[in-house]
Amino acid sequence: MSNDDMTIKPLSKLHEILLNGEFAVTGECGPPRGANREVIAKKAGLLKGFIDAVNVTDNQTAIVRMSSIAGAVHLIEAGLEPVMQMVVRDRNRIALQSDILGAYSMGIRNILCLSGDHQSFGSQPDALNVFDIDSLNLVRTVKDMRETGKDMSGFELDIAPAMFIGAAANPFADPFEYRVLRLAKKIDAGVDFIQTQCIYNMARFKQWIKMAREEGLTEKVYILGGVTPLKSAGMARYMNNKVAGMDIPDEIIKRMGSVPKEDAIEEGMKICLETIAELKELDGVSGVHIMAIEWEEKVGEIVKRAGLKK
Amino acid sequence: MIVGEQKPIKEIMESVAPYKRVLILGCGTCVKTCFAGGEDEVEVLASALRLAFKTKKQRSIEIEELTIERQCENEFIQEAAAGIGRNDVVLSLACGAGVQAMAERFPAAPVLPGVNTTFIGIQDRPGIFSERCSGCGDCGLARFGGICPVTRCSKKLLNGPCGGSQNGKCEVDPSIDCAWHLIIERLTELGQLDNLKTYIPPKNWQTSTSGGPRKLVREDQII
Ligand code: SF4
Ligand code: SF4
Repeated sequence: MSNDDMTIKPLSKLHEILLNGEFAVTGECGPPRGANREVIAKKAGLLKGFIDAVNVTDNQTAIVRMSSIAGAVHLIEAGLEPVMQMVVRDRNRIALQSDILGAYSMGIRNILCLSGDHQSFGSQPDALNVFDIDSLNLVRTVKDMRETGKDMSGFELDIAPAMFIGAAANPFADPFEYRVLRLAKKIDAGVDFIQTQCIYNMARFKQWIKMAREEGLTEKVYILGGVTPLKSAGMARYMNNKVAGMDIPDEIIKRMGSVPKEDAIEEGMKICLETIAELKELDGVSGVHIMAIEWEEKVGEIVKRAGLKK
Repeated sequence: MIVGEQKPIKEIMESVAPYKRVLILGCGTCVKTCFAGGEDEVEVLASALRLAFKTKKQRSIEIEELTIERQCENEFIQEAAAGIGRNDVVLSLACGAGVQAMAERFPAAPVLPGVNTTFIGIQDRPGIFSERCSGCGDCGLARFGGICPVTRCSKKLLNGPCGGSQNGKCEVDPSIDCAWHLIIERLTELGQLDNLKTYIPPKNWQTSTSGGPRKLVREDQII
């Protein structure tokens, strides 16, 4: 991913921005629990002009929502570039590949390959899960389609999708030492960009990035640091205890609790802006991924106040 | 071993209610070891059923008890023939394979399951059982330090842990050990952590249940 290599043709707008060495800003849009496209249009209106691309979640937390492909298409129609999330929980390899072909034919150019939250978290824990392939296999599949023009069976595709491939990384999950090895493995499988879990524990994040840098990994992949503005001390505690793989240090929770209730939102905003400021200075970080699900109106403010020129 | 658990008494009562004479048939191997269907469980269940039907003042029900060594092997099944002949129904406390073996061997007798077959596993300590193998038909344990991610990772991940692993526990439930945490620990101990750098291609599930019902042919054993 050498930035000065002018021979690389960008696969998507997000890719182009990263190729140009600009600090990328991505956001997130959760499709509605229903067939109302207006919900997406409204969220798109709130995000437009502030971000480079928007992730569309794929039945996040195992709750049935409008499909990420449809959500992504609605975003394209609203003039935004989507990052289609795809989890391996609900579809086997046949359905996944078929949906990738369909998505590309609809103009979707970025994909984020994920395992997916286990269905026991959702509203239908009695569902059968699939997990035919894992997220790394999915990365490799999309990469192979792009590089060799073939599907998993080796069949030469008519028009092969050429997508910009992302994956998630959680520097805060255990076992810590292994997390960098895992990142390396994702890169080997074909990942172009990484969006991380929400960063509240900056010390641990820095340690992870340092290890990644030492392994030469930050030269091979674009890393976008994840942020989510906190609303209250209660939300911070809840996320820390209930959201899988989330690490919010005590001092952050205390800081949120130390201000009067009516100032908590502003305090959360400040923490978020401080995090972004540190990320901007951090060697090996190429952008920020702002996750303000069901709080999209906050994204514009974050971008403006963080001085992320858009 | 095959691990199973006796069905709730209420469900068993409903299933045997239409019959007059019931043979409760235990199995002396796996389900005995996991306290679901051995001789002792047959005896306890028989008493419970007799008592329950008596207090319900329903018409009388006759219960016969028998336990054979293994319901899944022809060699032992025959021992149940006489008892089956004397009764209207067989309530088998074997695993699903045993129940089906009985049904095949005695097509005229209705066979009811009295046990929920749950998994292939081991007894961690007295009274605690946990799953170890899903019989995928292509064992990869050599790569994973002897810990099976197909069975013990809640997402069957073969290329490493998901982002939900925390403090050694699986995101699904803090009472479940994260298989990948165990794998990494064990491989570190063995000095084989490098194993995990190897990309594992999509698993071929044809040898597992997705290839249809499986059959094993051992030419050398066929007489
Ligand atoms: S890899 Fe397959 S055969 Fe081996 S323990 Fe796991 S499920 Fe069983
Ligand atoms: S937490 Fe561990 S065991 Fe649970 S799904 Fe993730 S990797 Fe698998």
